[in-house]
Amino acid sequence: MAHSTGSVTHLERHHAHHFKTAHEEFEACKQGMWIFLVTEVLFFAGMFMAYAVLRVLYPDMMKAAHQLLDWKKGALNTVILITSSLTMALAVSAAQRGEKQKIIRYLWMTLICAGGFMVVKYFEYAHKIHEHILPGALYQYKELTMAKVPLFLSVYFVMTGIHGLHVLIGMGVIYWLIRRASRNEFGPSYFTPVEITGLYWHFVDLVWIYLFPLLYLVS
Amino acid sequence: MTKLLLCLITLGNNAFAATLPVAGTDIAKSWDAVYWFLVYLSLVFFVGIVAAMVWFAIRYRKEKNRKPKYIHGHTGLEVIWTVIPTILLFVCFGWGWAVYQDMIHAPANAMEVHVIGKQWSWQFVYKNGTSVTNDLYVPVNRPVKLIMSSEDVLHAFFIPNFRVKSDVVPGMYTSVWFEAKLPGIHQVYCTEYCGTVHSGMLARLIVLTDDQWKDWLSGKKIDVDSLPADPTFPGYRANRLGEGMPEAVAGSTGGQKQLTLADKGKAVVTAKACIACHSVDGSKMVGPSYKGLYGREEKVVANGKTITVKADDNYIRESIENPLAKVVEGYPPSMPPYKGQLSEEEILSVIEYIKSLK
Amino acid sequence: MAHTSSAHGSNYLNHSHGIKSWLTTLDHKRIGLMYFVVIMMMFLLGGIFALLVRWELFAPGLQFFSSPDKYNQAFTYHGAIMVFMVVIPLIPAAIGNCVLPMQLGAKDVAFPRWNLISYYVYILGATIAAATLFINQVDTGWTFYAPYSIRTGTSTTLVLLGAFIMGFSSILTGLNFIVTVHKLRAPGLTWDRLPLFIWAVYATSIIQVLATPVLAITLLLLVLERTIGIGIFDPKLGGDPVLFQHFFWFYSHPAVYIMVLPAMGVISDVIPAFSRKPIFGYKAIAAATFGIALVAFVVWGHHMFVSGQSEFANFVFSFLTMLVAVPTGVKVFSWIATMYKGSLRLDTPMLYAFGFLFVFTIGGLTGVFLAVVSTDVHLTATYFVVAHFHYVMVGGTLLAFLAGLHYWFPKFSGKMYNEGPARLASWLIMIGFNVTFFPQFILGALGMPRRYADYLPQFTSLNQVSTVGSWFLGVGFLIVLVNIILAIRNGKPAGDNPWGALTLEWQAPSPPPHENFFHEPVVTEGPYEYRGEKALMGGNA
Repeated sequence: MAHSTGSVTHLERHHAHHFKTAHEEFEACKQGMWIFLVTEVLFFAGMFMAYAVLRVLYPDMMKAAHQLLDWKKGALNTVILITSSLTMALAVSAAQRGEKQKIIRYLWMTLICAGGFMVVKYFEYAHKIHEHILPGALYQYKELTMAKVPLFLSVYFVMTGIHGLHVLIGMGVIYWLIRRASRNEFGPSYFTPVEITGLYWHFVDLVWIYLFPLLYLVS
Repeated sequence: MTKLLLCLITLGNNAFAATLPVAGTDIAKSWDAVYWFLVYLSLVFFVGIVAAMVWFAIRYRKEKNRKPKYIHGHTGLEVIWTVIPTILLFVCFGWGWAVYQDMIHAPANAMEVHVIGKQWSWQFVYKNGTSVTNDLYVPVNRPVKLIMSSEDVLHAFFIPNFRVKSDVVPGMYTSVWFEAKLPGIHQVYCTEYCGTVHSGMLARLIVLTDDQWKDWLSGKKIDVDSLPADPTFPGYRANRLGEGMPEAVAGSTGGQKQLTLADKGKAVVTAKACIACHSVDGSKMVGPSYKGLYGREEKVVANGKTITVKADDNYIRESIENPLAKVVEGYPPSMPPYKGQLSEEEILSVIEYIKSLK
Repeated sequence: MAHTSSAHGSNYLNHSHGIKSWLTTLDHKRIGLMYFVVIMMMFLLGGIFALLVRWELFAPGLQFFSSPDKYNQAFTYHGAIMVFMVVIPLIPAAIGNCVLPMQLGAKDVAFPRWNLISYYVYILGATIAAATLFINQVDTGWTFYAPYSIRTGTSTTLVLLGAFIMGFSSILTGLNFIVTVHKLRAPGLTWDRLPLFIWAVYATSIIQVLATPVLAITLLLLVLERTIGIGIFDPKLGGDPVLFQHFFWFYSHPAVYIMVLPAMGVISDVIPAFSRKPIFGYKAIAAATFGIALVAFVVWGHHMFVSGQSEFANFVFSFLTMLVAVPTGVKVFSWIATMYKGSLRLDTPMLYAFGFLFVFTIGGLTGVFLAVVSTDVHLTATYFVVAHFHYVMVGGTLLAFLAGLHYWFPKFSGKMYNEGPARLASWLIMIGFNVTFFPQFILGALGMPRRYADYLPQFTSLNQVSTVGSWFLGVGFLIVLVNIILAIRNGKPAGDNPWGALTLEWQAPSPPPHENFFHEPVVTEGPYEYRGEKALMGGNA
């Protein structure tokens, strides 16, 4: 069908034939991504609700439990993700102008930041697993035996785990964009995938901006 | 002819009325009034809608009316059928809410019985320590409040004849109350799905006359089979799972000699050394005294803020299981949590003991 | 209107050949048909469980099942299959996929590839959930209430995962439809000229997109609860089982409107076409559709009046629930008024529309009993609730689906079914349905709890009436199925517009060509402007 294949360059690319113009297709894809992000907001909202319930019911527990987290690593990750959002934005604007080398360079920088985020996350998780600072029934940390603390860790692991999964998926998509960019598929007339991946990536970043203070800086 | 008509109306009325259980309390009667109001209101709308539909289908079918009229709407009509139902609905809401207020707020002098739901039986624990499985004995014409919790999964306690129902939830207390007007046996069901024997998790509510109640309290055996059967289904016996014989909690069987629930609570607070920090005479120790605590409005620190809570069953339960959630103002947050260390029955006996220290 | 489909030869059914051309198709009509086939298979499966449940309840004690556990599994599968695999996707995914792009005058949905992916995601989820039938059966009830669902049968996890996966299918379909409605309308098809079916599916899609992710996270948390014990819903670990109910109903109450709004949309299209009159109060119906969708999100707590939630919550939720009845009433009154002074064709789709109005009115009115807190306390969790939601979901959604099936079948098959058996079936289903479910209102009012494998002998006679009714219902559905299959094999050509309907899909040939229209349609007026010559056409009665 009319979707692109690897050999088509961005100048020759046709839009899918049920759209009247390429612009209409671009607008549709962008709207689709926005709606998808609304879905994502509601998905995370469930966990934020669970968090809010715990916070209201057991404020002291939350205060005590958050000290099990390493706010320095969290802050480092915040900086890394904000940087990656910036490079992603630069990649999008490069794609709009069709500057192939710049697209690829900025996408690689975004990918490296995302990888760095996951590495920091790995060290955080590894430490907690080693100390048995684990969710719910698995919690066996002797230093803090306050009631309901394991629930805080359940929320922490589920929220950061699902967020981490989003980062991993984003990394896969960014790598796919790099491959397509090096085949010269993006340019002023067609940069939809870069644009909507950008939207997704900013969303993932934004979720972390909320997660970091809520989980690491309870006060 | 008139006689026949009257007869038919009476018959119809009785048949109609037979679609609800008997009203075993005064509140059930006011509940019925709301219900029948809703039934008749619904009938008016239903008959109107269906009659219009059938009439149009006959009157305006193609053969009778070849040329349809070109109409898009009628603002007046649309306003009417938006506004009138809205008003009626809020009448329903208001009336329903008023009755609900009576249904949930038990009078202060209500006799309390504890209910523990478990897969798959009902345990009823009285203040004097008596514990009965699947048979709930209560006196007629006295308000009774059931304070309920579950040992495992969700259950629900349902007495159709009294129109009361509540989920029975592990980890918290819920309650229903009633003032039985009809002596005899009433059916109790579990109405929250709880596994294999859910449909067998039945109990009998046995409403005793004053004399019978005195007998039962003094440990005499009541001949349940001679009591009036469930008046909703006169031809049938009420059912319960298993044997429903009273069994004493503390092992002794002689009605008055057994430990009361409050006594049992006293034993628990002694054994668990609660009294090391909580006095029973009103004197201030590490924690607040039990004396006069129950039902008092307490200033507590929660979420860093000072709020006022009533020291009721759920508060005391929370303070046993998770004491730091709401610490009474002026006391240190130093009590360890007792979650999982006390059985359902031990917790409610402690609450009962605190209640007894007026 | 001179040309017929045969004049063109090529249509979406013979556009390409072979199994592979179907399995990899991006054509919304083919995807709709593939949904239809799978959903019907699931409906058959769920229906068999329904008949078994009714057979078991023919008398007290155990009749069919060897233990109460088997019965509990049967009602769980009946509920889970019917809700997640049948009634939720039924009208949006099957009929919506076929009809929505055509009513918009579009060539396809906005994202055809995602449309196909969403189909396979549905298949994957349904397969995983249904596979548990052969492993270790699930007995939680379709509501998965914690903490029972945390402790019971190992394959509950698989069913939860299956429902989780099917959620993505639902989200993707909704997303696709929203963008399609926004971006792919034919020239002149302004928002105030959209058919009410489109309005209904559009509102439904918004609910799907907003509510389904909350179900997804809820099911995921429950899976984690079962696998590693995260404790959020488990009172043994300090969690709160009532919180699970809040999460679950935040999705599952709006889900009720995912089921019923599209049904209302079908009825809003059928009644004007068979009354030969404009719909009465177009704007009011469209607004009511959105009113219902909006209120759907703030009434979930009415499922929990006896759950132990606070008195204040009960007050708010009961009050808000009253608001649902108003727009619903507006719709019913408007449909009835549409028939006034019409020229009614009593063909099969219209018979089902009558059935819908009869049954749905009962379903709606009994909903008020459950919205008023005091009456709900007695009636909830009894057979009254079972009867109520079957009147809404089966009586409402399924009858409207059958109306839609018989209405659009000639368009998408190019053939006409045999009217006699179709009408017979509609009567059998109507009678069977009411005989099955009306006695359940009385059973519930008398106090018979739901989800009971066994019951007290005083409930026997009403249960027997109900069981006998279920047989009529089963026979009715079989006749529909056989009649449709026979029509596909050797039905007479239907013509492009047998009902003389005015929405855009009827301007295309039957069956429509690969890209729906030979010439892009241009819209100059609303969808129900039946007047002059146009008002006199239609109907084969």
